Formats: sequence, structure tokens, C-alpha cells
Amino acid sequence: MEASKVIHAIYNDDDVLMSAVKKVRAEKHHIEEIYTPFPVHGLDKAMGLEGTRIAICAFLYGLVGLTVAITMMNFIMIEDWPQNIGGKPSFSYIENMPAFVPIMFELTVFFAAHLMVITFYLRSRMWPFKKAENPDPRTTDDHFLMEIGVHGNEDALETLLKETGAVEIKLVDKAH
Amino acid sequence: MYTFSSKLKIFSIVLIILGAIGVGIGFSTSHKSFEEVETLLAEESHHGGHGEADAHHAPAHDTHAKEAAHGDAHNEHHAEAEHGHVDEHAKHIEHVQHQIANRPWSALYVAAFFFMMIALGCLAFYAIQIASQAGWSPVLFRVMEAITAYLLPGALIVLLIAAASHFIGHNNIFIWMDPEVVAHDKLIQGKSGWLNIWGFIFRGLIFIGGWSLYRHFARKFSIAQDTAEDKSNFKKSFRIAAGFLVFFIYTESMMSWDWIMSVDPHWFSTLFGWYVFASMFVSGITAIALVTLYLKSRGYLEFVNANHLHDVAKFMFAISIFWTYLWFSQFMLIWYSNIPEEVTYFISRFNDYQLPFLGMVVLNFVFPILMLMNADYKRMPWFVVMTGIVILFGHYIDIFNMIMPATVGDRWSIGIPEIGAILLFAGLFIYVVFTALTKAPLLAKGYPLIKESEEFHY
Repeated sequence: MEASKVIHAIYNDDDVLMSAVKKVRAEKHHIEEIYTPFPVHGLDKAMGLEGTRIAICAFLYGLVGLTVAITMMNFIMIEDWPQNIGGKPSFSYIENMPAFVPIMFELTVFFAAHLMVITFYLRSRMWPFKKAENPDPRTTDDHFLMEIGVHGNEDALETLLKETGAVEIKLVDKAH
Repeated sequence: MYTFSSKLKIFSIVLIILGAIGVGIGFSTSHKSFEEVETLLAEESHHGGHGEADAHHAPAHDTHAKEAAHGDAHNEHHAEAEHGHVDEHAKHIEHVQHQIANRPWSALYVAAFFFMMIALGCLAFYAIQIASQAGWSPVLFRVMEAITAYLLPGALIVLLIAAASHFIGHNNIFIWMDPEVVAHDKLIQGKSGWLNIWGFIFRGLIFIGGWSLYRHFARKFSIAQDTAEDKSNFKKSFRIAAGFLVFFIYTESMMSWDWIMSVDPHWFSTLFGWYVFASMFVSGITAIALVTLYLKSRGYLEFVNANHLHDVAKFMFAISIFWTYLWFSQFMLIWYSNIPEEVTYFISRFNDYQLPFLGMVVLNFVFPILMLMNADYKRMPWFVVMTGIVILFGHYIDIFNMIMPATVGDRWSIGIPEIGAILLFAGLFIYVVFTALTKAPLLAKGYPLIKESEEFHY
């Protein structure tokens, strides 16, 4: 459930942030989002985020690339116009396969890499001219921001966050 | 401290005895007289059981048929052709007789080299870990040191078999050791500055000496560091590791020319040293994984966790691909240009060794790449063990493919002599490695990076 009001708690140390995340989660509050200037090792585990499946995507894309390479070269070199080029056997795909391996390899990597990157952009909603969603510009420099939805438990949350070492706590109305 | 369990000790001794019996049977059945081979070949061509044997006969018949066609016009030509056919027949039988006699020697040599190469690959890996000051692997140092204990006896045995094949046998592995062959072979004559028996032995001793010296001192410093007050042993160990790696890459390359490539003295390949290196490196790493998992399952390595296993498995995965890259690069360059003096190497392997030659690509590439790609699988002991066994078997076949076509040709099989030799050296390997494991604590606790390694997580 998307809360209309959120609390922004700002930290200036990633270790403090990590312990804060654990405490907030132990108190069963829902963390909507965390903004950090750099990857904090173990933050995803502490937040209880699911593992990414992008590697599985990349594997499947690689298989697509391999299929494209094989189908393309089989059609061009073997079926459509099987010329004798420098005595290379063009009677069947397997006979001339070693010559195709460099292309099979490169297309596998090409498809796996590029489609995976595009998948990453789509899933994380990144594109040119996209409006930045940063609640506080300091989080790109040296501050960490935790966003927690408020469901009428404002005071309890504030005291909890103070305890965890937040240097700044703000109540933000998201409704407008 | 590790205690060599009596069960494992008996197991290794049983392997040695069974293996020795197998090797003995191999040698005692390989001496066939001319007549025996003649009847054997006649039987084979009758039953048509051996397609290869038929293929061997075919050229002789062909020339005979051609000559016979000429002979209709010129009778004396026909007589000559008949004579030539008899000569060729005798030559063919002698050829097969040699191949049969070579088989137990080659089987022994392949297995001896395979287990030596595990120890040598492991030593290179160990030196790289020290020289690069890797933070994850120090908990495995004692396992690596124990595996490399097999290097000195193993390498001496390889050299001994090679020399014995000349002095005791009939040059059953390296034909360039036969002065009779060299006298009629201009190509080998041109290479005799390098390929001569004393040079071979001398170089072999230098290689083995250098490797063993490094191993001896690395082990000494490693154990001394456990109780040392300062880090001087660590520093010395670091320095000799760097020096050894330089020495190693030169001598490994030359060793591969001497001990493997020279079985085909007419053939040469520039990336061969790397190719053999990749094979030994991945086998060595796999052996580390298997020994580690065995010890862990017996409760001796509680400081080794799934993260260490994950890293070792990553190395198995990556170096398997590296091996394939080199295998394919060597094959494809030669296949593509198809220069007769180079390509015969692969023609004989393709015609007579199709299953092992292509099968090893499945074992050493397709299997590991599919099994070890997933991060979760790399952390599961039974998965790594299963893949490791396949990789080791695949690299045995790799060495088999390097040696056998040159010595036994199409008369290959994996039977009593081969399996006997594998059991013999497997038993010896287990015995030496696990004895070495009992000599020192399993955690190199004085090593400066050991704390990092114990807490390593990925």
C-alpha cells in the first residue's frame, strides 16, 4: 500500500544506515526506498530484497544469439549459395563449423550483453531525458536517505529513527 | 592435525596393488610374435570387427590392384607388384606389432603424466595465490602444499618411464630416441640438437629440480611462519613465488615440448605449452576442490566454508573455458589453413580417435560450463564433486589423446593396461598426498592474510 505521507530519515554513514535498516525492519516498518551515493555492500540483504534474475535473462539472450548465428550462417553459407571458397567444405553446417565458431561466440556475447543491459534499463526505468527521482541532492554526494511510509504512527517512527542515529528527520507529504 | 585414516590408507594400497597387477598384465600380453600378429590381423579382417584394420589393409590392396591392371600388359611388372605387396604386408604386420608393444608403455606414461600434472598445476596455482597475495585462499594452502608433495616422486617417475622406454624397452614412446629411425629421417636429424636422449634427461632433471626446490622452500617457509615472531618467512615465500612463476612458465613450456609434443617429432605447434598448461592448471584446481571437500566432509576443515568452495569452483569453470579456448585455437588454426605437415596431427586424431577427441570437449567444456554457471550450484559440494570428477576424467582423456595416436595409433582402447596404470598412480597419489597432509596443521595460522581468508565471504 502506497502511503501518502512518508518520513525521510537522513544518515551520514553507511554502517549507521545498515544497523538502522535492521532495527526498522525488526520493528516491522515498511521501508519504501533507500537512496545512497554508492553501493552499500549487504544493503539488499538487510532490506530483504529478492535476488536479481538478470543473469538468467542474460543466459537466455545468449542462447538466442547463438541460434541467430547458427541459423544465419547455415542459410547463407550452406543452403542459399554453397560456394567453394578456398576449398572449405560447404556441404553441411557441421563440416565447416570451426570457421563459424568465432561468429557464433561473438553473437552469443553480443546478444547476452546488449539485451541484458537494455533489460536493466527497462526494469530500472532509466532512459535519456528521464526526470531524476532524487528526493535530496545530498544523497548523490555523502548522505544516505531512508524513506518510510507513515500510517498514523508518525511519533513512534520519529523516536525510533532518532535512536538509530539519523541526523535529520523530515515528514514529507507525497500527495501533492 | 590430520590423521591418515587407516581405511583410506588401505584403499590407496589396494589401488597400487591392483594397478600394479593391471600394468603387469599389460606388459606381459603386449609381446606378440610376427606370426601371432599376422593371425590376429587375418582374423580381424575376416570378422570385419575392426573397421580400422580394414582401412589399414585398403591402401595395400589398392596399390596391388593398380599394379595388377598394369601387369596385364607387362607380366614382369605384375611379378614386381606381387613382391611389393608381400613387403608391404610384412611392414604392416611389423607396424602393428610395434603398436601393440607400445600400448602398456604409453598407458603407463599417460597415467604417470596425468597425476604429475595435477601436482604441478596445483603448485603453479599455489605460487600465484602467494605472489598475488590472494585473501581468500590461504585456508587452502596446506591442502595445496600436500597435493604438490606428489610432484617430486611423480615427475621423477614420468622421466624414469620415458628413459626406461629407451634403455629397457624398444623406444616405445618416443621414436626419436631410436637411432635406427633417426638415421633414415632427415626431419628428426635436423632436430637432434634438441631431441637427444641425454639432453632430454638433463633438461628433465633441471625442470624437476627447479620445481621441487621451490616446493621445498615454499613449504618450509610456510611451516616456519606458523611459529615465527615476524613476517620474514612470508616475505621470502612471496619472493620465491614470483621467481618460481617466471621459471615455471619457461620450463613448463619446454617440458611440454619434451615430454608430450616430441611423441610426434614431425609435428609442432606454438601454443602447445599453453595448452598443456591449461590442462594441468584446471586439473590441479579440481584436485584442490576434491581433496578439500573430502577433508571437510571428515570434519578437518571447519574454517573452509561455501564461499571458498564457490571461488575454487569459479576457477574450475573459468580455466575449463580457457582450456577450450586454447584447444579450439590450436585446432581451428590448423584445420583452417590445412597445411599437410601440420594437419596430419588432427587427421589421425579425427579418424582413429573420434570419440575421445570430441568426447573430451563435451567433458571439459560443455559439462562444466552448464554445471558450474549457476552461482548456487558452485556452493553445493556434491555438484562440485560430480563436475570435478568429470573434469579430471576429461583431462585424462586429453593427455590420452596427446600421447596415444603417436604410439599405438588405431590400436587404442581403454582396457586393463590403461585402467591399471590409472589405479596405480591414483593409489600412489592418494598415499603421498594424504601422508603429506599429516605432517603439518591444516591451517597455515601464521600467514598474514589468514584472518581475512577465514572470514572470507562472497
